[in-house]
Amino acid sequence: MAQAASRNRRLAARIAEHSTGIIASLLFAAPIVWAVLSAFKPAQEARLPPLPPWPTTGFSLENYATLDTFGDGLWVSAQNSIYVSAMTVVLSVAVSVLAGYGFSRFRFPFKDLFFVLILSTIMIPFQSILTPIFLVLTKLGLHNTLTGLVGVYVTLQLPFSIFMMRNAFDAVPREIEEAARMDGAGNITMLWKVMLPLVWPGVVTIALFAFLGAWNEFLAALVLMTDQSKFTLPVMMTALQSGRFGAIDWGAVQAGVTVMMVPCLILFLVLQRFYIRGLMAGAVK
Amino acid sequence: MTSIAAATPAPPRARKLVGAGRRQWIGLLYVAPAVALVVVFFLIPLGMTAWMSLHNWPLMGEHSFIGLGNYAAILRDTRFWNALKFTGYYTVIVTIAIFVVAFPLALFVERPRPLTNLYRTMFFMPAVVGFASASLLWSWLLNVDSGLFSPAAYDLGLIDRKFNLLATFQPAFWSIIAMVVWKVAGFTMIILMAGLQSIPQDLQEAAVIDGAGPFARFRAITLPLMRRTLALALILSVAGSILAFDQFYIILRGGPRNQTLTAVYWIFNQSFVSFKLGYGAALSMVLLVILVALSLVQLWLLRKPEGLD
Repeated sequence: MAQAASRNRRLAARIAEHSTGIIASLLFAAPIVWAVLSAFKPAQEARLPPLPPWPTTGFSLENYATLDTFGDGLWVSAQNSIYVSAMTVVLSVAVSVLAGYGFSRFRFPFKDLFFVLILSTIMIPFQSILTPIFLVLTKLGLHNTLTGLVGVYVTLQLPFSIFMMRNAFDAVPREIEEAARMDGAGNITMLWKVMLPLVWPGVVTIALFAFLGAWNEFLAALVLMTDQSKFTLPVMMTALQSGRFGAIDWGAVQAGVTVMMVPCLILFLVLQRFYIRGLMAGAVK
Repeated sequence: MTSIAAATPAPPRARKLVGAGRRQWIGLLYVAPAVALVVVFFLIPLGMTAWMSLHNWPLMGEHSFIGLGNYAAILRDTRFWNALKFTGYYTVIVTIAIFVVAFPLALFVERPRPLTNLYRTMFFMPAVVGFASASLLWSWLLNVDSGLFSPAAYDLGLIDRKFNLLATFQPAFWSIIAMVVWKVAGFTMIILMAGLQSIPQDLQEAAVIDGAGPFARFRAITLPLMRRTLALALILSVAGSILAFDQFYIILRGGPRNQTLTAVYWIFNQSFVSFKLGYGAALSMVLLVILVALSLVQLWLLRKPEGLD
């Protein structure tokens, strides 16, 4: 009797727990699901309130197709976003791996000063130095170029990614390096062939953060890219949503938002453990 | 789940590699690209901000030195102070809201049990979506005619006329809070969860044996041992909120009636809409001082517990 009662209570508690979990999960997923599903409605239907969220008058890719008719088109912005994000990933990984290795394995003048300088940039938000960045880019002839934007994004990543890479290299035992050196490996071979495979997880983490940072950044892109042909996705979609191309086409907004969200979500789901690792590394700092 | 940095002691730095001396200088080459980027895109702009703040600096034409003129103008700029006041108000409210949602979530997903990983992932998903994407998405959901909330409430008979959530201050402000909590709570949850997991289990068990109830255990064990984690989550939330821009620009355009202009938004307007670059720089300096002061508070809050360093 008593045993059955306690078993029932445990079961009830478990049901309560999981219903809470499922309802909360649905609440967090709902806005994303709503946008992704609604984007598949025909343009006529997409203008109406999304009740229900799924298409009821037939499945259509019209909203994605119309996106390319605004301004220079979504495809141009998407290309810009892809280019800026890819370059940010490649360059920030290259610069941070080199710097992380340098800070971990060599002693040279001003080493501590440089390290503190790079880390301290995290204390001062780039939002407060955006005006002079604008002028510096103009001076360098990089005004309104995607290259200039990449330079800014890479610099933003450095404190986190150099800190990550320095720690990753610190964790590699010196003996491995000494053995490789006995075998006659030079500095570059050492880094490329011996060290890089050992710090690979750290590289994936900083690459992931660099991609998300560049893909999602809005304010700097808004300020620095003045020409429509240079707009990244967030800037382009905001122009569309503000009615800059005539009446606001909400179907196009749903489709555009989907294009912006899906790469982030897929990368996160695939590389989740690297993301959490990076978060924790940042957190214990 | 701490970083490898925490787990592994740094290798002894004094030990010399074969053929030390000159070879060590090569390290400078390795760090040179990073240092160059920081100089060009951070150090020089930082110096320029201070320099420009002492000038009348239009986008076109000559700039002229006006000493502390911009700072004197800031003192009279009631719209900036209002923006700063609003930013502070928003920061306090949104931080509280985030914690109120994130802490229970952290407690919920802390213990491993079936489906916990799925819940964690679901709660965290909005955090990897950008603020701009989230804002665009919610600007649609909040739209009075084509959106979700107002028409749904109307269809359910909760309101007898469609209600524009973005037309007046209170509903517009709380809509933004809801959106930010949706986007950020999962992130804060993960940080708090890491803090909870770092509390030794035997401490809790010992307290149970001593007859401490769940509330007493939370107050006497969980909270004190989570001081650094709480401080960190707090700081991330505060620093992020003070710099808020995307959601107010995209969803509200600073409206209704300029009531939701944040500090960064006002600086953006002065610098890149009115093109008063010198004045914008002076405003940036004020914001910068506030943030550096916060960073110092942060270092103090995050200090290692005494005797444990």
